[in-house]
Amino acid sequence: MNASGEQIAVAFSRLLRLLGLAVPVGSVIGFIEALGVTGLHSHSSVYWAGRCTLVRRPEDIALFDRAFAVFWDRRESGNTDEVIDEVIRIAIATDDGASDDDTDHGEPSDDPTIELRFSAAEVLRKKDFAAYDDTELHLAQELMSRLRFAGPPRASFRLRSARRGRRPDIRATMRSSLRAGGEPIQRKWREPGERMRRLVLLLDVSGSMEPYARGMLRFVHAAVSGRQRVEAFALGTRLTRVTRELSSHDPDRALRQAGERVMDWSGGTRLGDCLHSFNDQWGVRGMARGAIVVILSDGWDRGDPEALAEQMCRLHRIAYRIVWVNPLKVTPGYAPLARGMAAALPYVDHFVEGHSIAAMEELAAVISLDNSKRANETPSRGATDARTAR
Amino acid sequence: MATPPSNPADVAQALSDYGYLPDEGLATAVFLALSLKRPLLLEGEAGVGKTEVAKVLSRWTGGKLIRLQCYEGIDASQAVYDWDYSRQLLHLRAAEATGEAQSLATGALENQLYNERFLLKRALLLAIDHRSEVPPVLLVDEVDRADDEFEAYLLEVLSEYQITIPELGVYSTARPPVVILTSNRTRDVHDALKRRCLYHWVEHPSFEREVRIVRMRAPQVVEPLARQVAAAVEAMRTKNLYKPPGVAETIDWATALGVLGVTELDEATVEATLGAVLKYREDQDRVRQHGGIAEIVKQAFERGLLHD
Repeated sequence: MNASGEQIAVAFSRLLRLLGLAVPVGSVIGFIEALGVTGLHSHSSVYWAGRCTLVRRPEDIALFDRAFAVFWDRRESGNTDEVIDEVIRIAIATDDGASDDDTDHGEPSDDPTIELRFSAAEVLRKKDFAAYDDTELHLAQELMSRLRFAGPPRASFRLRSARRGRRPDIRATMRSSLRAGGEPIQRKWREPGERMRRLVLLLDVSGSMEPYARGMLRFVHAAVSGRQRVEAFALGTRLTRVTRELSSHDPDRALRQAGERVMDWSGGTRLGDCLHSFNDQWGVRGMARGAIVVILSDGWDRGDPEALAEQMCRLHRIAYRIVWVNPLKVTPGYAPLARGMAAALPYVDHFVEGHSIAAMEELAAVISLDNSKRANETPSRGATDARTAR
Repeated sequence: MATPPSNPADVAQALSDYGYLPDEGLATAVFLALSLKRPLLLEGEAGVGKTEVAKVLSRWTGGKLIRLQCYEGIDASQAVYDWDYSRQLLHLRAAEATGEAQSLATGALENQLYNERFLLKRALLLAIDHRSEVPPVLLVDEVDRADDEFEAYLLEVLSEYQITIPELGVYSTARPPVVILTSNRTRDVHDALKRRCLYHWVEHPSFEREVRIVRMRAPQVVEPLARQVAAAVEAMRTKNLYKPPGVAETIDWATALGVLGVTELDEATVEATLGAVLKYREDQDRVRQHGGIAEIVKQAFERGLLHD
């Protein structure tokens, strides 16, 4: 591998980084090593050497392909100027987005401010998200970040030592028997440990949910950054996974990143299709199995309600508990008239409001609810009842 | 494997000699894994032949296949090593009975217990402490099912190729095993582990390649039927099913048809053997409705024609 080969590899990796792909230095070294054994003479071996070492997620393959075409193919045709122009434009755009937000919010630290915030907090707790202005939203988000919740645990496969039990812990028994001259006087036991259930949050980001989605996104962030086993998705015209973006501890940054990732913010909703792709790509494969699934949506769906019902049924079969949070539920005389809502309701275990912080606290309580049976507020097996009622 | 492969084409040739038809990407990935001695992480839909790669590598290289099936809660005692406590107890009793215990100091007696003969080696330790000329093939299957903690441990083992047992010392190897990890993407494998590995996303094979795979894995199936089966499966994959059939299902189905003595697809046979290829009732219903089976058979005939 000569020096120019290494420079080419590094330059290509930099292009990938500019396009938003995470390319750690170790991967670049791997790429150079790989080129060392495959050589640079064949187009396809360079391509595959790059794909094996620089790409780590199938979602990134399309991006890699584009960058590869720009970098390796156009370069050969001598059309470099145009390429460089394009790259520079992208670079500037990225820098802008990253830098301008950090200076906005100072840390409110002096005492009077804190007092004021607390009194405001009491009013805010009951206020509808839709009626918030921007400062209130900021305060509300502060309040919500204090929410902590954990779903009911389930028995783990892994054993831990216990006072008494039915499984003997031979290792520990033998350890202690050495002290008694090889006589197992003290017997030790093991029992199954506990594990947190995974929490899956599906947030509707359609136009009708807009006033609430911003508030709820913060709730989702509180959940994602507070617990290890949480997954978050945005439902719009299509499904977007935002777990990675939201896992940043800095809430502003997390929300901004998630906002950038979700392309169809405030568009329409196709709940059925989104749930379909969630079930296919993530849920049924294992993510939703035995998990607590929380759907934050008003149930206004442009798609076919039958399709939504079918997907809810699939989800219901594998999830431990489905919680549907509908901010419209608080409206006096609310009935689930939205066709999507009506179709989904038979498969929902808990149907809660989500219009305010108080409602979000209630939601946190519902998630933490530890009953080994499903709630009977809307009986899960009452699917037929709810359907005939409609 | 007599000589190490010198380019991806060698790998492709060798793998197909041993019953696996890779595409160019996979052949390159395997070639790089062998040359750079790095683990290879394979992701892809269920049934595209991820696990099979490790098996065929073992047949080709002559290295022993060591399989570690991951599951939630897997820990060191199941993946790395464990002590054989009952035998240790028995040894203590025997030492007592023969009077050996009296003559030995406690420390010496304990040292006897933590001897390699009481060590139960599990997959990871077996792969490191292999003591053979040909490095084994370590298959870490469905790594996404294991917990994060286990992933961190795996990363440690795969970067150093050494394992420490406090009572015995460090096990390491000069000839690291060939490591294949597979994942079904039920969750993201941790980035650090991915960085350590080469990565390849395994796709459904192209039509012609699938025909060749069927011919190879189900030799009793005649060429026209193999083409029809591959075409029918390809048609099914476009039907928006919950679980589009993978290569494994194609082979199963072709084998089933071969056993039944079928030489050509028709509606009745497809109907009767649908369970070999579609394993969800909803998927079967979806294919059946609106004369779907007749349509699939028609497509299979058109696509299955040999273009000479």
